[in-house]
Amino acid sequence: MSVVITGAGMHPWGKWGRDFTEYGVHAARAALADAGIAWADVDLVVGGETVRNGYAGYVAGSTFAQALGWNGARIATSYAACATGAQAIDTARARILAGMSEVALVVGADTTPKGFLAPNAGERWNDPDWLRFRLLGMTNPAYFALYARRRMDLYGATSEDFAQVKVKNAKHGLANPYARFRKESTVAEVLASPVVCDPLHLLDICATSDGAAAVVLTSADYAKRHGIASPVTVAAVSTVTPTFPNTVIDMPLLATDSSAVTGVPERTFKEAIGQAAYEEAGIDPSEVDVAEVYDLSTALELDWIEDLQLCKRGEAEALLRAGDTTLGGRIPVNPSGGLACFGEAVPAQAIAQVCELTWQLQGRAEGRQVEGAKVGITANQGLFGHGSSVILSV
Amino acid sequence: MTPVIEGWFTTGAEPRLLASRCTRCSNVVFPPVSSAAGAAAFYCRNPACDGQEQDSVELSRRGRVWSYTDAQYQPPAPYQPAGDPFQPFALAAVELPEGLVVLGQVADGYGVSDLKVGTEVELVVETLNVDETGERTIYRWKPIAGQEASA
Repeated sequence: MSVVITGAGMHPWGKWGRDFTEYGVHAARAALADAGIAWADVDLVVGGETVRNGYAGYVAGSTFAQALGWNGARIATSYAACATGAQAIDTARARILAGMSEVALVVGADTTPKGFLAPNAGERWNDPDWLRFRLLGMTNPAYFALYARRRMDLYGATSEDFAQVKVKNAKHGLANPYARFRKESTVAEVLASPVVCDPLHLLDICATSDGAAAVVLTSADYAKRHGIASPVTVAAVSTVTPTFPNTVIDMPLLATDSSAVTGVPERTFKEAIGQAAYEEAGIDPSEVDVAEVYDLSTALELDWIEDLQLCKRGEAEALLRAGDTTLGGRIPVNPSGGLACFGEAVPAQAIAQVCELTWQLQGRAEGRQVEGAKVGITANQGLFGHGSSVILSV
Repeated sequence: MTPVIEGWFTTGAEPRLLASRCTRCSNVVFPPVSSAAGAAAFYCRNPACDGQEQDSVELSRRGRVWSYTDAQYQPPAPYQPAGDPFQPFALAAVELPEGLVVLGQVADGYGVSDLKVGTEVELVVETLNVDETGERTIYRWKPIAGQEASA
Protein backbone atom coordinates (compact mmCIF):
# COMPACT_ATOMS: atom_id res chain seq x y z
CA MET A 1 0.00 0.00 0.00
CA SER A 2 1.17 3.52 -0.64
CA VAL A 3 -0.02 6.97 0.32
CA VAL A 4 -0.63 9.61 -2.33
CA ILE A 5 -1.20 13.32 -2.45
CA THR A 6 -4.46 13.97 -4.22
CA GLY A 7 -4.68 17.72 -3.73
CA ALA A 8 -2.51 20.70 -2.78
CA GLY A 9 -3.51 24.24 -1.91
CA MET A 10 -1.95 27.42 -0.54
CA HIS A 11 -2.83 30.89 0.65
CA PRO A 12 -0.44 33.47 -0.83
CA TRP A 13 2.48 34.39 1.47
CA GLY A 14 2.62 38.01 2.62
CA LYS A 15 2.34 40.25 5.63
CA TRP A 16 -1.42 40.27 5.76
CA GLY A 17 -1.85 40.67 9.52
CA ARG A 18 -5.02 38.57 9.71
CA ASP A 19 -5.89 35.55 11.84
CA PHE A 20 -3.95 32.42 10.83
CA THR A 21 -7.22 30.43 10.73
CA GLU A 22 -8.37 32.39 7.66
CA TYR A 23 -5.22 31.45 5.75
CA GLY A 24 -5.47 27.84 6.85
CA VAL A 25 -9.09 27.44 5.78
CA HIS A 26 -8.31 29.10 2.45
CA ALA A 27 -5.45 26.64 1.81
CA ALA A 28 -7.53 23.67 3.03
CA ARG A 29 -10.44 24.48 0.75
CA ALA A 30 -8.05 24.96 -2.18
CA ALA A 31 -6.45 21.56 -1.52
CA LEU A 32 -9.84 19.82 -1.22
CA ALA A 33 -11.05 21.46 -4.46
CA ASP A 34 -7.80 20.42 -6.13
CA ALA A 35 -8.43 16.83 -5.04
CA GLY A 36 -12.13 16.95 -5.92
CA ILE A 37 -12.88 15.62 -2.43
CA ALA A 38 -15.65 17.02 -0.21
CA TRP A 39 -14.83 18.24 3.31
CA ALA A 40 -17.49 15.81 4.57
CA ASP A 41 -15.31 12.91 3.36
CA VAL A 42 -12.23 13.96 5.36
CA ASP A 43 -11.81 11.64 8.37
CA LEU A 44 -8.55 13.07 9.76
CA VAL A 45 -7.27 16.63 10.11
CA VAL A 46 -3.66 17.22 11.14
CA GLY A 47 -2.80 20.81 11.99
CA GLY A 48 0.66 22.32 12.17
CA GLU A 49 0.86 24.16 15.47
CA THR A 50 1.74 27.85 15.59
CA VAL A 51 3.24 29.07 18.87
CA ARG A 52 2.53 32.77 18.27
CA ASN A 53 -1.24 32.75 18.07
CA GLY A 54 -2.44 31.74 21.51
CA TYR A 55 -4.50 28.68 22.38
CA ALA A 56 -6.06 28.42 18.91
CA GLY A 57 -2.56 27.95 17.55
CA TYR A 58 -1.66 25.25 20.11
CA VAL A 59 -4.67 23.19 19.03
CA ALA A 60 -4.37 24.00 15.32
CA GLY A 61 -5.91 20.68 14.19
CA SER A 62 -9.03 21.45 16.17
CA THR A 63 -9.03 25.11 15.11
CA PHE A 64 -9.04 24.25 11.40
CA ALA A 65 -11.57 21.43 11.81
CA GLN A 66 -13.95 23.70 13.68
CA ALA A 67 -13.49 26.55 11.18
CA LEU A 68 -14.33 24.19 8.33
CA GLY A 69 -17.40 23.07 10.31
CA TRP A 70 -17.23 20.08 12.71
CA ASN A 71 -17.61 16.93 10.65
CA GLY A 72 -16.62 14.40 13.30
CA ALA A 73 -13.13 13.82 11.87
CA ARG A 74 -10.30 12.71 14.13
CA ILE A 75 -7.74 15.42 14.73
CA ALA A 76 -4.06 15.73 15.61
CA THR A 77 -1.73 18.68 16.06
CA SER A 78 2.01 18.56 15.38
CA TYR A 79 4.83 20.79 16.46
CA ALA A 80 8.42 20.39 15.31
CA ALA A 81 9.49 24.03 14.78
CA CYS A 82 10.42 24.52 11.09
CA ALA A 83 9.87 20.78 10.52
CA THR A 84 6.26 20.96 11.76
CA GLY A 85 4.72 20.38 8.34
CA ALA A 86 6.70 17.22 7.63
CA GLN A 87 5.77 15.78 11.01
CA ALA A 88 2.09 16.58 10.34
CA ILE A 89 2.31 14.82 6.97
CA ASP A 90 4.05 11.88 8.63
CA THR A 91 1.24 11.57 11.19
CA ALA A 92 -1.42 11.56 8.45
CA ARG A 93 0.54 9.07 6.37
CA ALA A 94 1.00 6.67 9.29
CA ARG A 95 -2.73 6.64 10.04
CA ILE A 96 -3.58 5.95 6.40
CA LEU A 97 -0.94 3.19 6.19
CA ALA A 98 -2.42 1.62 9.32
CA GLY A 99 -5.82 1.52 7.64
CA MET A 100 -7.26 3.91 10.21
CA SER A 101 -7.91 6.80 7.84
CA GLU A 102 -9.00 7.11 4.22
CA VAL A 103 -8.80 10.84 3.60
CA ALA A 104 -6.49 13.07 5.63
CA LEU A 105 -6.20 16.84 5.41
CA VAL A 106 -2.90 18.39 6.56
CA VAL A 107 -2.88 22.15 7.17
CA GLY A 108 -0.26 24.61 8.42
CA ALA A 109 -0.73 28.36 8.76
CA ASP A 110 0.95 31.24 10.57
CA THR A 111 0.83 34.94 11.30
CA THR A 112 4.33 36.18 12.17
CA PRO A 113 5.79 39.32 13.75
CA LYS A 114 8.34 41.58 12.03
CA GLY A 115 12.11 41.58 12.55
CA PHE A 116 14.46 39.17 14.35
CA LEU A 117 12.60 36.26 15.91
CA ALA A 118 13.14 36.91 19.64
CA PRO A 119 12.63 34.51 22.56
CA ASN A 120 9.55 34.55 24.78
CA ALA A 121 9.52 37.13 27.59
CA GLY A 122 10.75 36.50 31.16
CA GLU A 123 14.09 35.45 32.67
CA ARG A 124 14.90 31.85 31.83
CA TRP A 125 18.45 31.02 32.91
CA ASN A 126 18.11 27.35 31.93
CA ASP A 127 16.68 27.93 28.43
CA PRO A 128 19.36 27.99 25.71
CA ASP A 129 17.05 29.99 23.46
CA TRP A 130 16.98 32.75 26.09
CA LEU A 131 20.62 32.44 27.13
CA ARG A 132 21.97 32.79 23.60
CA PHE A 133 20.48 36.28 23.42
CA ARG A 134 21.28 37.31 27.01
CA LEU A 135 24.87 36.07 27.11
CA LEU A 136 26.01 36.30 23.50
CA GLY A 137 23.53 38.38 21.48
CA MET A 138 23.38 35.39 19.13
CA THR A 139 20.49 35.92 16.67
CA ASN A 140 19.24 33.44 14.08
CA PRO A 141 21.13 35.18 11.22
CA ALA A 142 24.34 34.85 13.27
CA TYR A 143 24.00 31.05 13.14
CA PHE A 144 23.34 31.20 9.37
CA ALA A 145 26.43 33.40 9.04
CA LEU A 146 28.65 30.86 10.84
CA TYR A 147 27.71 28.24 8.24
CA ALA A 148 28.18 30.74 5.40
CA ARG A 149 31.63 31.85 6.59
CA ARG A 150 32.74 28.25 6.88
CA ARG A 151 31.88 27.69 3.21
CA MET A 152 34.02 30.70 2.29
CA ASP A 153 37.05 29.65 4.30
CA LEU A 154 36.87 25.93 3.46
CA TYR A 155 35.47 25.82 -0.08
CA GLY A 156 36.20 29.24 -1.53
CA ALA A 157 32.60 30.45 -1.67
CA THR A 158 32.25 34.19 -2.29
CA SER A 159 29.65 36.80 -1.38
CA GLU A 160 28.87 36.88 -5.10
CA ASP A 161 28.02 33.16 -4.97
CA PHE A 162 25.61 33.73 -2.10
CA ALA A 163 24.07 36.69 -3.95
CA GLN A 164 23.71 34.51 -7.04
CA VAL A 165 21.52 32.09 -5.06
CA LYS A 166 19.20 35.00 -4.31
CA VAL A 167 19.23 36.10 -7.96
CA LYS A 168 18.36 32.56 -9.08
CA ASN A 169 15.56 32.08 -6.56
CA ALA A 170 14.12 35.55 -7.22
CA LYS A 171 13.89 34.65 -10.90
CA HIS A 172 12.33 31.26 -10.13
CA GLY A 173 9.64 32.85 -7.97
CA LEU A 174 8.59 35.51 -10.48
CA ALA A 175 5.74 33.40 -11.86
CA ASN A 176 4.69 31.81 -8.56
CA PRO A 177 1.32 33.26 -7.54
CA TYR A 178 1.88 32.22 -3.90
CA ALA A 179 5.27 33.94 -3.49
CA ARG A 180 5.40 37.13 -1.43
CA PHE A 181 8.39 38.72 -3.19
CA ARG A 182 8.09 38.58 -6.98
CA LYS A 183 10.82 40.82 -8.24
CA GLU A 184 14.10 40.14 -10.02
CA SER A 185 17.23 40.71 -8.00
CA THR A 186 20.83 41.40 -9.03
CA VAL A 187 24.12 40.46 -7.43
CA ALA A 188 24.94 44.18 -7.05
CA GLU A 189 21.65 44.77 -5.24
CA VAL A 190 22.30 41.96 -2.74
CA LEU A 191 25.86 43.15 -2.12
CA ALA A 192 24.65 46.73 -1.65
CA SER A 193 22.15 45.69 1.04
CA PRO A 194 23.46 46.14 4.61
CA VAL A 195 25.54 43.40 6.21
CA VAL A 196 23.51 41.94 9.08
CA CYS A 197 25.95 39.27 10.25
CA ASP A 198 29.16 39.08 8.26
CA PRO A 199 29.27 37.71 5.55
CA LEU A 200 25.50 37.75 5.10
CA HIS A 201 23.68 40.77 3.73
CA LEU A 202 20.07 41.60 4.45
CA LEU A 203 19.02 40.18 1.07
CA ASP A 204 20.81 36.90 1.82
CA ILE A 205 18.47 36.28 4.75
CA CYS A 206 14.85 35.24 4.54
CA ALA A 207 12.02 37.29 6.01
CA THR A 208 9.14 36.02 8.14
CA SER A 209 5.72 35.85 6.51
CA ASP A 210 2.08 35.01 6.94
CA GLY A 211 0.89 32.10 4.81
CA ALA A 212 -0.78 28.71 4.71
CA ALA A 213 -0.39 25.44 2.86
CA ALA A 214 -2.43 22.25 2.82
CA VAL A 215 -2.36 18.83 1.22
CA VAL A 216 -4.94 16.05 0.99
CA LEU A 217 -3.52 12.55 1.50
CA THR A 218 -5.32 9.30 0.70
CA SER A 219 -4.32 5.71 0.10
CA ALA A 220 -3.40 4.94 -3.52
CA ASP A 221 -6.35 2.57 -3.51
CA TYR A 222 -8.80 5.30 -2.48
CA ALA A 223 -7.50 7.58 -5.26
CA LYS A 224 -7.96 4.81 -7.80
CA ARG A 225 -11.48 3.91 -6.63
CA HIS A 226 -12.53 7.54 -6.86
CA GLY A 227 -10.90 8.14 -10.23
CA ILE A 228 -8.67 10.95 -8.91
CA ALA A 229 -6.40 12.22 -11.68
CA SER A 230 -2.58 12.27 -11.35
CA PRO A 231 -1.99 11.41 -7.69
CA VAL A 232 1.60 11.87 -6.51
CA THR A 233 3.19 9.14 -4.39
CA VAL A 234 4.65 9.97 -0.98
CA ALA A 235 7.79 7.83 -1.30
CA ALA A 236 9.37 8.87 2.01
CA VAL A 237 8.91 11.15 4.99
CA SER A 238 12.08 11.45 7.05
CA THR A 239 11.57 12.93 10.50
CA VAL A 240 14.76 11.58 12.09
CA THR A 241 16.49 13.12 15.11
CA PRO A 242 20.25 13.59 15.52
CA THR A 243 22.56 10.74 16.50
CA PHE A 244 24.99 11.48 19.35
CA PRO A 245 27.34 13.24 19.10
CA ASN A 246 25.80 16.10 17.11
CA THR A 247 29.00 17.85 16.10
CA VAL A 248 27.64 20.79 14.07
CA ILE A 249 26.48 23.73 16.17
CA ASP A 250 22.69 23.92 15.98
CA MET A 251 20.49 26.94 16.62
CA PRO A 252 19.74 27.83 19.45
CA LEU A 253 22.49 25.91 21.29
CA LEU A 254 25.70 27.37 22.72
CA ALA A 255 27.87 24.33 22.08
CA THR A 256 27.96 20.99 20.27
CA ASP A 257 28.13 17.56 21.85
CA SER A 258 31.64 16.30 22.52
CA SER A 259 32.95 13.62 20.15
CA ALA A 260 35.73 12.62 22.58
CA VAL A 261 34.05 9.50 23.97
CA THR A 262 32.46 8.06 20.83
CA GLY A 263 34.27 9.66 17.87
CA VAL A 264 32.76 11.68 15.03
CA PRO A 265 29.63 10.08 13.51
CA GLU A 266 29.55 8.91 9.89
CA ARG A 267 26.98 11.56 8.92
CA THR A 268 26.09 14.99 10.26
CA PHE A 269 22.49 15.44 11.35
CA LYS A 270 21.54 17.24 8.13
CA GLU A 271 23.18 14.52 6.03
CA ALA A 272 21.29 11.88 8.00
CA ILE A 273 17.94 13.58 7.31
CA GLY A 274 18.28 13.14 3.55
CA GLN A 275 19.91 9.71 3.80
CA ALA A 276 16.97 8.36 5.82
CA ALA A 277 14.57 9.64 3.15
CA TYR A 278 16.54 8.02 0.31
CA GLU A 279 16.71 4.71 2.17
CA GLU A 280 13.01 4.72 2.92
CA ALA A 281 12.11 5.53 -0.68
CA GLY A 282 14.65 3.16 -2.20
CA ILE A 283 15.69 6.08 -4.40
CA ASP A 284 19.22 7.17 -5.20
CA PRO A 285 20.22 10.85 -5.02
CA SER A 286 21.14 10.63 -8.73
CA GLU A 287 17.47 9.99 -9.54
CA VAL A 288 16.28 13.31 -8.07
CA ASP A 289 14.93 15.77 -10.67
CA VAL A 290 14.03 18.70 -8.44
CA ALA A 291 14.65 19.81 -4.84
CA GLU A 292 12.98 22.29 -2.50
CA VAL A 293 15.41 23.09 0.31
CA TYR A 294 15.25 25.43 3.28
CA ASP A 295 17.14 28.56 2.23
CA LEU A 296 16.87 30.49 5.52
CA SER A 297 19.96 32.09 4.04
CA THR A 298 21.35 31.94 0.51
CA ALA A 299 24.44 30.10 1.74
CA LEU A 300 22.33 27.50 3.53
CA GLU A 301 20.87 26.41 0.18
CA LEU A 302 24.40 25.41 -0.85
CA ASP A 303 24.83 23.38 2.37
CA TRP A 304 21.55 21.54 1.75
CA ILE A 305 22.50 20.66 -1.84
CA GLU A 306 25.52 18.82 -0.46
CA ASP A 307 23.66 17.38 2.55
CA LEU A 308 21.16 15.83 0.09
CA GLN A 309 24.06 14.34 -1.92
CA LEU A 310 23.10 16.22 -5.07
CA CYS A 311 26.84 16.94 -5.39
CA LYS A 312 29.96 16.23 -3.33
CA ARG A 313 30.93 18.27 -0.26
CA GLY A 314 32.39 21.60 -1.31
CA GLU A 315 31.05 21.47 -4.87
CA ALA A 316 27.75 23.33 -4.53
CA GLU A 317 29.27 26.62 -5.67
CA ALA A 318 30.49 24.94 -8.88
CA LEU A 319 26.98 23.58 -9.45
CA LEU A 320 25.50 27.03 -8.92
CA ARG A 321 28.02 28.78 -11.16
CA ALA A 322 27.38 26.26 -13.96
CA GLY A 323 23.64 27.01 -13.80
CA ASP A 324 22.89 23.40 -12.82
CA THR A 325 20.55 24.47 -10.01
CA THR A 326 18.67 26.99 -12.17
CA LEU A 327 15.44 26.06 -14.00
CA GLY A 328 16.54 24.30 -17.18
CA GLY A 329 19.71 23.03 -15.46
CA ARG A 330 20.63 19.51 -14.39
CA ILE A 331 19.05 19.64 -10.92
CA PRO A 332 16.88 22.73 -10.35
CA VAL A 333 16.78 23.78 -6.69
CA ASN A 334 13.92 25.83 -5.25
CA PRO A 335 11.88 26.31 -8.45
CA SER A 336 9.17 27.82 -6.20
CA GLY A 337 11.52 30.70 -5.45
CA GLY A 338 12.26 29.22 -2.02
CA LEU A 339 12.25 31.14 1.24
CA ALA A 340 13.98 33.97 -0.63
CA CYS A 341 10.65 34.68 -2.35
CA PHE A 342 8.32 33.47 0.39
CA GLY A 343 9.76 34.40 3.76
CA GLU A 344 9.21 31.81 6.45
CA ALA A 345 5.74 30.93 7.76
CA VAL A 346 7.00 28.26 10.16
CA PRO A 347 4.20 25.65 10.45
CA ALA A 348 3.22 26.06 6.78
CA GLN A 349 6.64 26.02 5.16
CA ALA A 350 7.44 22.30 5.00
CA ILE A 351 3.92 21.70 3.62
CA ALA A 352 4.46 24.46 1.05
CA GLN A 353 7.60 22.64 -0.12
CA VAL A 354 5.47 19.53 -0.66
CA CYS A 355 2.76 21.53 -2.49
CA GLU A 356 5.39 22.84 -4.91
CA LEU A 357 6.81 19.39 -5.61
CA THR A 358 3.29 18.01 -6.10
CA TRP A 359 2.62 20.57 -8.83
CA GLN A 360 6.07 20.04 -10.33
CA LEU A 361 5.53 16.27 -10.58
CA GLN A 362 2.06 16.80 -12.04
CA GLY A 363 3.50 19.17 -14.65
CA ARG A 364 1.34 22.05 -13.34
CA ALA A 365 3.98 24.50 -12.08
CA GLU A 366 3.16 27.17 -14.61
CA GLY A 367 6.05 29.48 -15.46
CA ARG A 368 8.52 27.52 -13.29
CA GLN A 369 8.08 23.93 -14.46
CA VAL A 370 10.99 21.48 -14.23
CA GLU A 371 10.37 19.59 -17.47
CA GLY A 372 9.70 15.88 -17.04
CA ALA A 373 10.24 15.86 -13.26
CA LYS A 374 9.46 12.42 -11.79
CA VAL A 375 11.23 12.53 -8.41
CA GLY A 376 11.45 15.46 -6.00
CA ILE A 377 12.90 15.90 -2.52
CA THR A 378 12.36 18.51 0.19
CA ALA A 379 14.63 19.26 3.13
CA ASN A 380 14.51 21.32 6.25
CA GLN A 381 15.41 21.16 9.91
CA GLY A 382 13.52 22.36 12.97
CA LEU A 383 15.05 23.64 16.22
CA PHE A 384 15.87 21.02 18.87
CA GLY A 385 16.57 18.05 16.61
CA HIS A 386 13.68 17.91 14.16
CA GLY A 387 14.59 16.49 10.77
CA SER A 388 12.35 16.93 7.73
CA SER A 389 12.72 15.49 4.26
CA VAL A 390 9.93 14.32 1.98
CA ILE A 391 10.41 12.45 -1.28
CA LEU A 392 7.60 12.47 -3.83
CA SER A 393 7.51 10.46 -7.04
CA VAL A 394 5.26 9.72 -10.01
CA MET B 1 32.57 42.56 38.89
CA THR B 2 30.42 39.44 38.87
CA PRO B 3 29.94 36.83 36.16
CA VAL B 4 26.64 37.31 34.32
CA ILE B 5 26.00 33.63 34.91
CA GLU B 6 27.29 31.52 37.78
CA GLY B 7 29.40 28.41 37.32
CA TRP B 8 30.20 28.65 33.60
CA PHE B 9 33.76 29.99 33.82
CA THR B 10 36.54 30.81 36.27
CA THR B 11 37.75 34.38 36.56
CA GLY B 12 41.45 34.26 37.51
CA ALA B 13 44.40 35.47 35.44
CA GLU B 14 43.99 32.43 33.20
CA PRO B 15 40.22 31.88 33.07
CA ARG B 16 38.71 28.64 31.87
CA LEU B 17 35.28 27.35 30.92
CA LEU B 18 33.68 24.96 33.39
CA ALA B 19 32.02 21.88 31.96
CA SER B 20 30.17 18.92 33.45
CA ARG B 21 31.63 15.43 33.08
CA CYS B 22 29.70 12.20 33.43
CA THR B 23 31.16 10.23 36.35
CA ARG B 24 30.49 6.98 34.48
CA CYS B 25 31.62 7.51 30.84
CA SER B 26 33.49 10.84 31.08
CA ASN B 27 31.37 12.53 28.37
CA VAL B 28 31.78 16.28 28.74
CA VAL B 29 29.01 18.88 28.25
CA PHE B 30 29.05 22.64 28.07
CA PRO B 31 27.22 24.68 29.32
CA PRO B 32 27.57 22.85 32.65
CA VAL B 33 24.41 21.25 33.98
CA SER B 34 22.61 22.85 36.89
CA SER B 35 20.24 21.44 39.48
CA ALA B 36 17.99 24.45 38.78
CA ALA B 37 17.06 22.69 35.53
CA GLY B 38 15.93 19.57 37.40
CA ALA B 39 17.32 16.06 37.70
CA ALA B 40 17.08 15.36 33.96
CA ALA B 41 19.82 17.91 33.34
CA PHE B 42 22.26 15.41 34.87
CA TYR B 43 21.39 12.49 32.61
CA CYS B 44 24.38 11.64 30.44
CA ARG B 45 23.79 12.55 26.77
CA ASN B 46 25.79 9.58 25.53
CA PRO B 47 23.05 7.11 24.50
CA ALA B 48 25.28 4.19 25.51
CA CYS B 49 25.53 5.48 29.08
CA ASP B 50 22.86 5.76 31.78
CA GLY B 51 24.98 7.88 34.09
CA GLN B 52 23.11 10.44 36.20
CA GLU B 53 25.95 12.14 38.04
CA GLN B 54 28.26 14.83 36.75
CA ASP B 55 31.34 16.41 38.21
CA SER B 56 32.85 19.74 37.25
CA VAL B 57 35.92 20.00 35.01
CA GLU B 58 37.82 22.87 33.45
CA LEU B 59 38.08 22.89 29.65
CA SER B 60 41.23 23.77 27.72
CA ARG B 61 41.80 27.48 27.54
CA ARG B 62 42.87 27.41 23.91
CA GLY B 63 41.03 26.21 20.83
CA ARG B 64 40.69 26.79 17.10
CA VAL B 65 38.00 28.77 15.32
CA TRP B 66 35.35 26.55 13.67
CA SER B 67 33.61 29.61 12.23
CA TYR B 68 32.87 33.24 13.04
CA THR B 69 30.60 36.18 12.31
CA ASP B 70 29.50 39.44 13.89
CA ALA B 71 26.37 41.33 14.94
CA GLN B 72 26.14 44.58 13.06
CA TYR B 73 22.66 45.36 14.40
CA GLN B 74 21.65 45.36 18.05
CA PRO B 75 20.16 41.96 18.94
CA PRO B 76 16.73 41.99 20.60
CA ALA B 77 16.20 41.61 24.38
CA PRO B 78 17.18 39.85 26.57
CA TYR B 79 20.48 41.00 25.01
CA GLN B 80 21.63 44.07 26.94
CA PRO B 81 23.92 46.40 24.97
CA ALA B 82 27.13 47.47 26.71
CA GLY B 83 26.53 51.09 25.74
CA ASP B 84 24.63 53.57 23.61
CA PRO B 85 25.00 53.74 20.67
CA PHE B 86 25.27 50.01 20.05
CA GLN B 87 28.76 48.81 19.11
CA PRO B 88 28.93 45.82 16.73
CA PHE B 89 30.76 42.79 18.12
CA ALA B 90 32.16 39.57 16.69
CA LEU B 91 31.18 36.00 17.56
CA ALA B 92 33.16 32.78 17.17
CA ALA B 93 32.45 29.06 17.41
CA VAL B 94 35.62 27.47 18.79
CA GLU B 95 36.66 23.83 18.64
CA LEU B 96 38.32 22.67 21.86
CA PRO B 97 40.62 19.67 22.38
CA GLU B 98 37.80 18.09 24.44
CA GLY B 99 35.96 17.46 21.14
CA LEU B 100 33.25 20.10 21.34
CA VAL B 101 32.60 23.49 19.74
CA VAL B 102 31.67 26.38 22.04
CA LEU B 103 30.10 29.65 20.91
CA GLY B 104 31.22 32.91 22.41
CA GLN B 105 31.67 36.58 21.72
CA VAL B 106 35.09 37.69 20.49
CA ALA B 107 37.21 39.89 22.78
CA ASP B 108 36.83 43.67 22.62
CA GLY B 109 38.93 45.24 19.89
CA TYR B 110 38.82 42.22 17.57
CA GLY B 111 36.59 41.70 14.56
CA VAL B 112 35.99 39.22 11.76
CA SER B 113 39.06 40.52 9.88
CA ASP B 114 41.22 39.11 12.69
CA LEU B 115 39.80 35.60 12.27
CA LYS B 116 39.92 32.65 9.90
CA VAL B 117 38.66 29.08 10.25
CA GLY B 118 41.50 27.49 12.20
CA THR B 119 42.72 30.63 13.99
CA GLU B 120 43.97 29.82 17.50
CA VAL B 121 42.14 31.70 20.25
CA GLU B 122 42.19 31.71 24.02
CA LEU B 123 39.60 32.39 26.67
CA VAL B 124 39.40 35.78 28.38
CA VAL B 125 36.82 37.31 30.70
CA GLU B 126 35.48 40.78 29.91
CA THR B 127 32.58 43.04 30.79
CA LEU B 128 29.34 42.18 29.00
CA ASN B 129 27.19 44.96 30.43
CA VAL B 130 26.70 47.07 33.53
CA ASP B 131 23.55 46.86 35.63
CA GLU B 132 22.47 47.90 39.14
CA THR B 133 24.83 45.29 40.64
CA GLY B 134 27.83 46.64 38.71
CA GLU B 135 29.83 45.11 35.88
CA ARG B 136 28.62 41.73 34.66
CA THR B 137 31.35 39.64 33.05
CA ILE B 138 31.31 36.97 30.35
CA TYR B 139 33.86 34.62 28.75
CA ARG B 140 35.13 35.64 25.32
CA TRP B 141 37.50 34.32 22.64
CA LYS B 142 40.63 36.33 21.95
CA PRO B 143 42.89 35.67 18.94
CA ILE B 144 46.39 34.77 20.06
CA ALA B 145 48.72 37.56 19.02
CA GLY B 146 51.42 37.07 16.41
CA GLN B 147 50.07 33.96 14.72
CA GLU B 148 49.56 33.56 10.98
CA ALA B 149 45.83 33.16 10.26
CA SER B 150 45.39 29.93 8.36
CA ALA B 151 42.50 27.65 7.52
